[in-house]
Amino acid sequence: MTHSDATPALDIAGVSHAFGAVRALNDVSFTVPRGAFVALLGVNGAGKTTLFSLITRLYDSTSGRVLVGGHDARRAPGEALKRLGVVFQSKALDGDLTLAQNLAYHAALHGIGRRAAKLRIAEVLEEVNLTEKAGARVSTLSGGQQRRAEIARALLHRPELLLLDEATAGLDVRARADVQALVRRLIAGGVSALWATHAMDEIAPEDLVVVLHKGEVKAQGRASELGTSLTEGFLALTGGEA
Amino acid sequence: MTGYGIAFMGIAWREVLRFARQRERFLAALVRPLVWLFIFAAGFRSVLGLSIVPPYETYVLYEVYVTPGLCAMIQLFNGMQSSLSMVYDRETGAMRTLLVSPYPRWFLLGSKLVAGVLVSVLQVYAFLLIAYFWGIEPPVLGYLTVLPALILSGIMLGAMGLFISSAIRQLENFAGVMNFVIFPMFFASSALYPLWRLQESSTLLHDIALANPFTHAVELIRFALYRQVEPVALLVVAGCAVGFFAASVFMYDPSKGLWGRRKGG
Repeated sequence: MTHSDATPALDIAGVSHAFGAVRALNDVSFTVPRGAFVALLGVNGAGKTTLFSLITRLYDSTSGRVLVGGHDARRAPGEALKRLGVVFQSKALDGDLTLAQNLAYHAALHGIGRRAAKLRIAEVLEEVNLTEKAGARVSTLSGGQQRRAEIARALLHRPELLLLDEATAGLDVRARADVQALVRRLIAGGVSALWATHAMDEIAPEDLVVVLHKGEVKAQGRASELGTSLTEGFLALTGGEA
Repeated sequence: MTGYGIAFMGIAWREVLRFARQRERFLAALVRPLVWLFIFAAGFRSVLGLSIVPPYETYVLYEVYVTPGLCAMIQLFNGMQSSLSMVYDRETGAMRTLLVSPYPRWFLLGSKLVAGVLVSVLQVYAFLLIAYFWGIEPPVLGYLTVLPALILSGIMLGAMGLFISSAIRQLENFAGVMNFVIFPMFFASSALYPLWRLQESSTLLHDIALANPFTHAVELIRFALYRQVEPVALLVVAGCAVGFFAASVFMYDPSKGLWGRRKGG
């Protein structure tokens, strides 16, 4: 099956999920157009990580449909996952191994052979400005460098869509700015991104925003169109919990 | 090489690399059975008399008898170590990077399992080498014929560890596994004493040991080390390996098992 450029990078339709009696997501629907930056805005516990887990098929949704580049995450998980690059909220690199060893491992997990992996690792390290750290153990990198390394890992297999779950959490101001600038640069290069955050200052007026609260989409659209002030609108929508 | 082959090699390479980095883990894995061999077996040599039981064709020293059990012990602890690292990886988030690979989950789990077995086999051969200089000298060909038995028993014990890791919710619960799985499995088996000895002491304990898959792993290794096949042990170990692995795949399935019940954020 081929998919045109009109096919969204991510299409979520009527997704619900429950952990036992606890309803984590309720009828969530939105799309990430190709080449777009979409901010998934929500307070802690809004359901952002649960939604990411469903998109990455860590577990299946109770109901609804997740299409990644037109491929159903449940029926064709391999095709869907091939198109995804994921930066998780928690660190996912092995601190005992060097950055290059970590990246080689993740390249292998995507079926990239040793020779091609070596070239691609050099490319992504240059892209995230970590070339000189290739031989360093990940545990010796700073917080900001580790987040950029995570992004390098997510980019290895040239994904169409980047999922970033609180990618700047725990970083200082400069490291946050570096990571944001890097992702904006990638968007300019044609990658799409779903950026989960609870930090309002990470959203630009022209960005598409999906406001998630208590497992439900409360609003979506351009940040500049979500009321006179997105901050006020977000606080109003979430009952001031931000 | 196909994508599957590349992914498997990557997973195996990481396991070996991690193992090489953690020298203390390698030492601990060797010291444990060596303590049993050098101290426990030497001390109990004169206390525990052994009759001639297959595969042995003559009276053997107690050290010779316990060696296959200690090989299996290495694999048991290695399986649990892998299980512990799976739980740790899951808690820290590293597991997610493995599971978002586009390859099927059964393949990813199976690759991780086989990679862990490779490491455990290396540990067993290192132990057998040291044991050789302690006077444990099985037939030379036995070092070769024991390899398939080690792989199969390693897969069974590794798959059991995989299954346990899927059922454990927190790392703190792992101490319970030591008390309720590893120690009972090891002591209620033929690793340290022959089954007929157990029967003399307690029929119930003998029956428990007979039903214990670890007993069959020990016997499979024991016979293979002496160039023989114990068919019942082979069937039990192969059956349990398939059963444990199938249960693990079920538990790690996104739509079934425990993963779907874990709370996200």
